[in-house]
Parts: sequence; structure tokens; C-alpha cells
Amino acid sequence: MQHTLVTLVEDRPGVLNRVASLFRRRGFNIESLTVGHSEIPGVSRMTMVIDSTPQNIERLIQYLYKLVNVIKVDDLTHETTMMRNLAMIKVSANEKRRMEIMQLVEIFRARIVDVANDSLIIEITGAEDKIESFVDVLRPFGIIEMVRTGVIAMARGSSAAMSMVNQEASLAA
Amino acid sequence: MKKTGAQILWECIAREGVDTIFGIIGGSTLPIYDAMEAFPIHHVMVRHEQGAAHMADGYARATGKVGVAMATSGPGATNLVTGIATAFMDSSPIVCITGQVPSWFIGYDAFQETDVTGITLPITKHNYLISNVEEINKTVRDAFYVARSARPGPVLIDITKDAQTEEIEWEYDETPIQMPGYRPDYSPVEGDLKQAAKMIAQAERPLILAGAGVLHSEAMQEMIAFAEKTQTPIAATLLGLGSVPASHPLYLGMMGMHGESWVNQAIQEADLLLAMGMRFDDRVTGNMATYAPNARKIHFDIDPSEINKNVKVNLALIADLKITLSQLLPHLSPTDHSPWLETINGKCEESAQRDILNWPDTGKLHAAHVIHDIWKYTEGKALLVTDVGQHQMWAAQYYKHEKPNTLITSGGLGTMGFALPAALGAKQGCPDAEVWVIAGDGGFQMTQAELSTAAQEGLKVNVAIINNGYLGMVRQWQDLFYEKRYTATPMVSPDFVKIAEAHGLTGIRVTRRSEIEDAIHKTQECPGTVVIDFRVEKEDNVYPMVSAGADLHEMIRRPHPEQS
Repeated sequence: MQHTLVTLVEDRPGVLNRVASLFRRRGFNIESLTVGHSEIPGVSRMTMVIDSTPQNIERLIQYLYKLVNVIKVDDLTHETTMMRNLAMIKVSANEKRRMEIMQLVEIFRARIVDVANDSLIIEITGAEDKIESFVDVLRPFGIIEMVRTGVIAMARGSSAAMSMVNQEASLAA
Repeated sequence: MKKTGAQILWECIAREGVDTIFGIIGGSTLPIYDAMEAFPIHHVMVRHEQGAAHMADGYARATGKVGVAMATSGPGATNLVTGIATAFMDSSPIVCITGQVPSWFIGYDAFQETDVTGITLPITKHNYLISNVEEINKTVRDAFYVARSARPGPVLIDITKDAQTEEIEWEYDETPIQMPGYRPDYSPVEGDLKQAAKMIAQAERPLILAGAGVLHSEAMQEMIAFAEKTQTPIAATLLGLGSVPASHPLYLGMMGMHGESWVNQAIQEADLLLAMGMRFDDRVTGNMATYAPNARKIHFDIDPSEINKNVKVNLALIADLKITLSQLLPHLSPTDHSPWLETINGKCEESAQRDILNWPDTGKLHAAHVIHDIWKYTEGKALLVTDVGQHQMWAAQYYKHEKPNTLITSGGLGTMGFALPAALGAKQGCPDAEVWVIAGDGGFQMTQAELSTAAQEGLKVNVAIINNGYLGMVRQWQDLFYEKRYTATPMVSPDFVKIAEAHGLTGIRVTRRSEIEDAIHKTQECPGTVVIDFRVEKEDNVYPMVSAGADLHEMIRRPHPEQS
């Protein structure tokens, strides 16, 4: 089953390598991994999607904690979570079909970010399944190129992944 | 005051309490070595960097302090790898310092450049690359703290040549260590203690499994007090030997692949296993699916990632063992388990007849005799350092340790060539100890060059080579599982007596049991290192044995004297 982990790490050279190396070393497959800044200076936030058993995920979380640069790991799998993915899709669009595509863009609340004579670039954000179905309806028009960011996730409500470690992390930063 | 990076490095190392380091100088550590003389630190020059890492490891295991190894960039650093991996698998606190090419060369494949932090990433507890003199002070303090705290382990610091030579205005910075991602928690949860006490009170056939964590946590007294109060017998892992005196009435012996049959049977019959600082390695469990099927399990360990990794447990106390046991003890009431202890004792007596020590003397020289006699004539007081293989298992079975930290052996990684350098490190750290190396003819030759180090340093260790002309443990597997096809295991060795003499040391050859006692006494009296070449029976096997993957109670027993 797919698990979504949010991991807060010190923003230092080589930390991504340590995390990736851990997955390889312990035989885990990463479905998706995104890295970026968090709200705390000096702390990066990773969102990982891993397909594995709950027992193995429990092991993985403990291994992540063993990395000296890992500050906090949250398993959001069973929480009500906002999950977002961003995709840019370049699709063939001559004059005749452009209107059709624009209607689909409207329905899916996507956005056209580039228009050329025979193509469009569409940007869409949303949960994984929404993007999947949008890609499916665009396929017949001819997808020239596509890029997706991977999932980012955040638990609903006022709690923060960082709340427990906020103070110490700020000190280190 | 103005200081160079090299001077700052030494001052920080000295402030960690380091008095000895093991290493080899090279191009990328020249500035460090050039600054060394001014500091009260003794440098042991080794013959191969693997030896430096093993010496630091042996020093750490014998003294409980952090051992330090130093190597230059490139091949110097890569030669450390086996020693670092050995320390990592056995949770030994060492700090390795490697020189690196100047920071502006990194990434350009400069002469003797290697990505050492990359190479050692999966075999260190943590590692650091210092490319700026300003980072040295904090990094060294963090590195020693990480190496020695919680579950100990090796830490590597790679330091560029420019960071060594750069000069800054500097005062030692002692601000408390703050690592947001490393905050070990040593205290057990009160509710878990109560739960454990309840499970212990309910048990009729409890058994303590003592691992290296008992020694790391220095929880020996607490564990024995626990055992005595609850009348719980204790079995030890290989690395846990010595955590309880071998002569203690509640001590059963070693568990696992070459453990005693009554110990393994006790594990299989127990209704409660108390795993203390051990990690249910495959060499102690046998087939996991049938392991201790009747037992509830309580796991005491400082490392959360060990819980439910190999064996699923009913309760985990993730904390320092010494603290946990001292808090748990008041929750326990004195118990009597005499029926359980009698059951186990009955099995011991039957097994004793099979023990080679109780066989009639045929004049043959068996390794078991050699080790038994070393135990006898050192009065069980030696600091024993073994290599890896058959002799290691015989040493574990026949040398009875009464004191903690008197057995140093490569357990997890099983590194041949470990013994001689680890023993030199141990001797350096404990100059008053009577240090004995037990090694095979195969493993000894892997690091035999360190005899030069022993000679140069005037370090006295006593080396017993159990010489059977084979890579014996592999030959045993070929015997049992490959229809005696002895491929690549027979071995022609040099004359070890002459090897010793070539180093200005003493060599003795022993071919008969009657010669053992004299040889041991002569060795003890000799001021320098002595190498004894024990020409033992070539094709003895180590028994009992649980075949890889077999059920723990399905042991190949020692042959019975009447049947052989």
C-alpha cells in the first residue's frame, strides 16, 4: 500500500544523498520524492511516497530517524491530508481543436500557460487521480511532452509537522 | 590566538580525551602530522590503514573510550573501509580522520582524490566533510559525541588540505552540543516498566538473552541483580560473552549457530525471552519462523530501528539498559524457577559427555585443547582477541570469561584479519592486560604485516595461531554441505616461527598437547610479542552447529565418544 511520509531534514549538502542511499541500502522503492524549503530557515521538507507494507514503513521511519540530519518524520497515510501534484503538459493543438482543449482545461480547472501555433502548454495542480484523468482525456489530442513534480502533502487542521521540534531546529539554523 | 586548522584539529581531539591515534601519514595529511608533535598524543604507525581502523576498534572495545584512526586521502582512506564496516556492525565507537585534497580540487579527479564520505556513508553512524577551517571545532565535538552516545558507532571526518593549513583567530568553543536531528533518549517509559514487570511475574520459563548492549551500557550488575532476584537464567550472544561471569550459577553459555545445545533448547522452550542489548541476528535465531515459538518477547534496546526488525516482540523498552533495569528492579518480586532451571541443567549433563575435553586423550592436538589450556594457564584472566572462523567459535566455547570486555571479536561483519591489529589497539589502551590473540592460519596472514607495528612499538601480545592448513570454517561447510569438495580452502602457509623471528620477535611451534603448557609459560615470560604456531588436527569441525536457516533446536550435536 502507498504511504506518504513527510520528513524534515537539515538543509545541508549531501542530505538528499543520505536519504536516497538509505532507501537503496534497505531495499525500498521510492514512488515519488520532492524536496524544498520549509517554513523554518535551514530546514528542508521532503515528501515521499513509498509502496510497502505497514511493518516495513515502520522500519523505514526508524531508519530515517537514525540519520543524524533527519529532524522529524510524519506518516500522513492515515491522516486527512491535502495532497498536491503539479503537472505541465504540452499538447498538440491546431486551430480546429484548440477550443475543445480549452473547454477541458476549464472543466478540470487547469490553466493554459503557453500558446503556440500548433501546441499548448497546460498547467494543472491537484491530487494524483485528478491529474491522471486529465492526462487521459488529453491523450487523444497528442501529448508532446509532460513533466510532473511528484506529490507534496500537508495534514489538514492547525497542527504542523514541525511543531514539536520548532524551537530546537530554529536554534540550529 | 592565531591557529592553523591542523593545530585546531589536534587541540579539539586532545580535549576529547584522546591519548593515542593509529594511522599512516600521506600527502593529504602532511599539515596535520606536522602539527602533531606539540600535543600529548601518541601516534602508532601501522603498516596498512585497515590495521589502523581495527586498532582503533580494539582500543575502543578494551577501554570503552573512542578509538581514533587517521589516513590520507584516496587509497589511505579506502583502506580504512573494512575496519570501519567492522566497527559499524559491532557498534564500536571510533572516529576516523582522513585527509582530503584541497577543496578547489574536489570533483576534478585530482591525484589521490576519492569521495570518502560517499564511500563510507552506509558504514558509518555519520560522517562529515570539512572544507573550511571554521567548521573543525564544532565538527570534531559533534563527531565524538555521535560516536560514543546512544548506540555507539564509527564516525568519519574528511578534512581538506586547505582547511588544515588555513590560519584563523581561534579560542576553543565549548557551547553545549545542539544537533536537531540527534537527541538520544535514555529513559524508559513508566507504563512499559509496569507492563514488563507484569509479563515477568507471569513467566514460568523466562530467559535473558545478553548481548553487546549490556557491555556498552555497563549494565552488568543490574542484569545479574535482575537474574538473581527473579531466578532467570542468562544466555549470551558472541559479543555478549563476559557480560556475566561464566562461573555464575545462572549463566548457561553461548546461544546460536555454534552455541551449546542446552542453551538453544532453552530458548526454544522458554515462555519469556528478555532480549537485552542484542538484535536477533540470523546467527543466533536460526530459522526465524520457528524461533522461540512459545515465548513472549521483551526487547530492551537503545536503538528503535532494532525493534521488530528480525523478530516480532510483545514489548519494547527503548532506552538505556542500565537505567531501565535499575528502574525495573523495584517492580519485581523474588521468584523461584527451580523446575525450569532443573530442566535446563538436565540437558547440560547429557551434553557434557560429548565435550571433546572429556574424551580420552589420544595424543592428538585439537584446537579445543589449545584454547582450553590457554584459559587454564592464563587463569581465565586474559584479554582475548580472536579472528574469524573455527578458532573463533572454539574460543567462544572454551575460554570462560569472568570479566566484562575481555573478549574482543568481529561478530557482525566477520572480518578475517581483525585479531592481530585489534589486539595491538587493545594492548595500547590496556598496557597491564595479558592480551592473547587467537587466530587461524588464514586470517592471521591477512594482517600479519602488523607484527612490524608490534615490534616497532614494543607492544607485547601473545599470538596463538590455530594452524590447520585450511580456511577451516569454509572447509567445514564444504565438508557438511558440498560433499567434501575442498575447493580453494587448502592453504600453504609460511613458517610462522621464522616470520616472528624475522620481525625480531619470538616464535614457538607446538605439535603435541604435552607441549602446550610449556609454550604458554614461555610466551608469558617473554617480554616481547610471541607467535605460537599450533599445528592442530586439520579436519576438526566445530560442533554443535545449527545449519544456516535450520530450526534452532535442530542442531548437529558433537559426536558421542562411544559412537566415534
